[in-house]
Amino acid sequence: MDLSSLQPIEIAVALSVIWIGLGCAALAAARRTSVILDLIFPAGAAVGLALAACGFWAMNAPASMLVLPAGLPDLPFHVRADALSGFFLLLLGSVSFGISLFSSGYFRDAGRDEPLGLLGLQYHVFLASMALVLIADDAYLFMVVWETMALSSYFLVTTEHHSEQNRRAGFIYLLIAHLGAISILLSFGVLHGGLGDYTFDALRRAELTPFWATVAFALAFFGFGAKAGMLPLHAWLPEAHPAAPSPVSALMSGVMLKTAIYGMVRVIYDLIGDIQWQWGLTVLLFGAATSLFGVLFALMQHDLKRLLAYHSVENIGIILIGIGLSMVFIGSGHPVAGVLGLIAGLYHTLNHAVFKGLLFLGAGAILRSTGLRNLNEMGGLIRYMPHTALYFLVGALAISALPPLNGFISEWLTFQASLQAPILESSVVRSLVPIVAAVLALSGALTGMCFVKVYGVAFLGQHRHALVEKPRDASGWERAGMLWLALGCAALGLLPVFMLAQLNNVSIALTHASLPPEALGSGWLWLVPTSAAQASYSPMVFLLVIAAVVGLTFAVVRRFYHGRLRRADPWDCGYPEQTSRMEDTADGFGQPIRHVFAPVYRIRREIPRPDDPQPVFRQEVEDRHWYWMYLPVARLTEFVSSHVGRLQQGRISVYLLYSFVTLIALLVFVR
Amino acid sequence: MNQASGVAFQVLQSVLVVLIAPLVLGWVNQCRAWMQNRSGPGIWQPYRVLNKLFHKDAVLAHNASPLFRATPYILFGCMWLAVGIVPVLATSLPFAPAADVIALVGLFALARVFISLAGMDIGTSFGTLGARREMMIGFLAEPAMLMTLFTASLISHSTSLVTIVQTLGQSEFVIYPSMAFAAIAFLMVLLAENARIPIDNPSTHLELTMIHEAMILEYSARHLALVEWASSLKLTAYITIGIAMFAPWGIAAAGDWTGVPVALGALVVKLAFAGFGLALLETVSAKMRIFRAPEFLATAFLLATLGMLIHFVLEA
Amino acid sequence: MPTVPLSGQLINLFAALLLLLAFAMLTQRRILSLINLFALQGLVLMLSTLVVAYSTQQAHLYISAAVTLVLKVLALPWFLHWLIRKLNVRWDVESIVNIPVQMLIGIALVIFAFNLAAPISQMAGTITKSALGIAIASILLSFLMMITRRKAVSQVIGFLSMENGLFFAATSATYGMPMVVELGILFDVLVAALIFGVFFFHIRETFESLDIHHLEKLKER
Repeated sequence: MDLSSLQPIEIAVALSVIWIGLGCAALAAARRTSVILDLIFPAGAAVGLALAACGFWAMNAPASMLVLPAGLPDLPFHVRADALSGFFLLLLGSVSFGISLFSSGYFRDAGRDEPLGLLGLQYHVFLASMALVLIADDAYLFMVVWETMALSSYFLVTTEHHSEQNRRAGFIYLLIAHLGAISILLSFGVLHGGLGDYTFDALRRAELTPFWATVAFALAFFGFGAKAGMLPLHAWLPEAHPAAPSPVSALMSGVMLKTAIYGMVRVIYDLIGDIQWQWGLTVLLFGAATSLFGVLFALMQHDLKRLLAYHSVENIGIILIGIGLSMVFIGSGHPVAGVLGLIAGLYHTLNHAVFKGLLFLGAGAILRSTGLRNLNEMGGLIRYMPHTALYFLVGALAISALPPLNGFISEWLTFQASLQAPILESSVVRSLVPIVAAVLALSGALTGMCFVKVYGVAFLGQHRHALVEKPRDASGWERAGMLWLALGCAALGLLPVFMLAQLNNVSIALTHASLPPEALGSGWLWLVPTSAAQASYSPMVFLLVIAAVVGLTFAVVRRFYHGRLRRADPWDCGYPEQTSRMEDTADGFGQPIRHVFAPVYRIRREIPRPDDPQPVFRQEVEDRHWYWMYLPVARLTEFVSSHVGRLQQGRISVYLLYSFVTLIALLVFVR
Repeated sequence: MNQASGVAFQVLQSVLVVLIAPLVLGWVNQCRAWMQNRSGPGIWQPYRVLNKLFHKDAVLAHNASPLFRATPYILFGCMWLAVGIVPVLATSLPFAPAADVIALVGLFALARVFISLAGMDIGTSFGTLGARREMMIGFLAEPAMLMTLFTASLISHSTSLVTIVQTLGQSEFVIYPSMAFAAIAFLMVLLAENARIPIDNPSTHLELTMIHEAMILEYSARHLALVEWASSLKLTAYITIGIAMFAPWGIAAAGDWTGVPVALGALVVKLAFAGFGLALLETVSAKMRIFRAPEFLATAFLLATLGMLIHFVLEA
Repeated sequence: MPTVPLSGQLINLFAALLLLLAFAMLTQRRILSLINLFALQGLVLMLSTLVVAYSTQQAHLYISAAVTLVLKVLALPWFLHWLIRKLNVRWDVESIVNIPVQMLIGIALVIFAFNLAAPISQMAGTITKSALGIAIASILLSFLMMITRRKAVSQVIGFLSMENGLFFAATSATYGMPMVVELGILFDVLVAALIFGVFFFHIRETFESLDIHHLEKLKER
């Protein structure tokens, strides 16, 4: 084999096959947990890292293709690695590296009912199917691996299938995933324009009228949006992500939702190609609504993993805002501004994968150490789990879009893109873009509030729950995984120009337009998206100045005054008794939001009577979409099915009559 | 402009503003005292307070975490950077390209998150009360501030503060109605973020009416000194941002040493006026019920958004 | 962008102030401040009419500015103050929808009005064509205020500020109306205010309160 002629696509396919092989090996190893945890998961991690490198290579190399000797007789599997696939492969590989390392430590529990071998198989098949989705180049392979991804993640979600709630969560997840899949399939059907050839090349070349292009867009948007957790098809996210084991939640939230974004970008930018600005406006508005809704509901949760799931909904909304802006600009004939929007959306995709993965891993570490998932029972964990607390802090600061970490970079780029709005001609869109920017600012600020709540209630203060034994910090493997992702947050935040240049390659490949030359020519220190006079930002200078001032102040105060310190009881305005019940719970912290945004929620309250000797106060915050959309649709389906069920008469003569009628009809109409 | 003079300007501006920030606070308090017919402690009082606090021994609760100890220094560092970025004396300083208006708002948000976390650290009810209220104010104040700055950005086609000052201050005089909306919204945000009346009473001793003070109850000595200094720096930073956007005349161009005395004089006059105006506003208003505060800030937010819309209609 | 002459900038500034006042009236809780804001609105209107009069050299606009001053800044607010003193109205205004929702609807109306006026502004030939959208927006906001208030006095103020918006639209887009039309409208407004005042006394006598939901009892069944 000639190594110099190796192409990225061949490496990618090989690595996916290795993942499947590792899964089978895990199944074969069955109950030998040490083999699985010490060999197979770390090997999977290494494969992930290699895949990331391969993705990076694909971003800088021309597109490479391959036809695999598998699939249908006249439609073998086509695979292709271009810049867009390369970017998402980089995302998948690097995030799964951290998560697989974490999993080696996480699953080291005695008394697991599910055999670890099966989990190992499902996990690696999940990873492999996601990688194959990213490189699929024909509709058939795409649907096969998309389905595999859904099924393997379903089995992972229902790992702990003894709980009724987990089974229900899995059911909803599978249902909506399949609705989405049907929609995607129909979209491919519309795209191929009746020519019979389902490879993506043919789909690209097919000429569509604007009407059918819009139909294809709508179907793809619906289908991929269902998988991404966009409003109003988000209901499965807050159920499925908490039900799964934490590394799996991290993988689902961090990577699987991004494959849906990949699908959207691929279909809209690549396969349809000719973007209309009205589509962009739709994406923009859905994105804005999704982001605000997600964060408002996240503020009401006290289950840590459910809260993180709602934040995933919010961040998908932010990604859609970036992509929507890009589509609006490209559709109105301003490709350079459109490139900025696309880069902002894709950067946020990577950022979210990294920090959301980190946060879910942190939640998993807490769950494993203390058995707690309810924020109202945690507290003071920073004393027992200092490493986890530090990594979780990095994740919390990153998701709140605070400089100098990575979340801020993508929000900054999205704002810069929205400030290009004055170049648009349509006054409706020009007035709506500031509103969307305002909504984005609002959800960013609310995210900060939510994570102050999470971090403060979980890690700081005193512990609310009587802990059976002193919690231990995360194990070495777990810390390694979290450290990798935390370093990722820092690197993406401090050295953004590097990734910006790579993303520019992606946008050149997709839209044939690029950022202005000044953007990439200002050096590694300054992030300049359009021109230095217009906007610039340097996270390194930020960090260095703050660090320098901190150090200088510390030294100067010590030099001119003193550094004496003594410990005492908390002051608390002189109140003598201080119990942990006096701190805010998670629900208590969210009370102002409940008050201000009351119409958005559907709250059921149980308030005790004043003379009740053991008063219990209960409050449930529910999603209105269940009552507006999901339940009515379910009832309608039941109604229609019950009527269709009348066809089942039970008598043989009736069934023979059906066949007879069909035969006559065919003879009459299909001559 | 050569490198050395630019760096010298930067250092001069940062050090100067950091040193006069407590004086601004003292001036505001003194004006308030005069208006309320008291004799007041004198404009140098904050310096005496800081000196006293630095001399004391720091007392920390038993369960204070490293985050609690680090926060005052981080706050001070953030505010130092903020005043280094805003063109107070001169434009085109070396640090100016490091952050634009969005990064400036992000910097204040970083400071707010850290002080809220520090408030929750010890686990007292007052700390968490303060943190919760501070975030309630902050979640509306931050977008309102951002929208205000965006209005200025749309006019000058840039988010860089330097370009904004140059467009608004150093070119010919044009009336921008959208800036009228933005000015009112900015004033409301300034009052909210700096814990002034009508949102919060900076001199209250009643715990249930505190927002900012409740979060820093557990701090003492040098930590408290740094937190107080950072608060006065924040107030000065906000006032200078307001000056840069709404009254930017007299700011020198960097490297222009001859413009420095003019700039300094203009700065002193503007700060004096602003301090007096702030004291006047505080004296004639009453503190609002805590749940009126989100309405107050929602009004600021909507005014700022309205300002942006007005810009698109009237000025573009 | 070519610089607009100073008079055009001033008109734009007054337009923005008018919109600001309309929004402020929407969010006011107290009737006293509502009347004062209405008087301020009249003042802004008078100033903008003066600027248009000066820049287009139309004498009759000076007269109309004077009439605005007398009627809208002095007479009507005085009358309204007298009315609420006589009727002993409680100071708080209750609204059917709460204030933040009103502001959100207000923003939506503003966007709608701007988009509505955009093609018209492009065709008009005056220096202040872009102020038409703002005038329409303030009319719609005053209408919203009328809809969402419970007390009858605030509804009247909404009606009067709608007329203010119309007047501003006329002066900015078409340099004023014929004097006859203006005088007619002004007297109509004056008479309407007087009739409202008479009605308020009757309503209060019948229902012992000025809350308009009492009027809903005037039904067949």
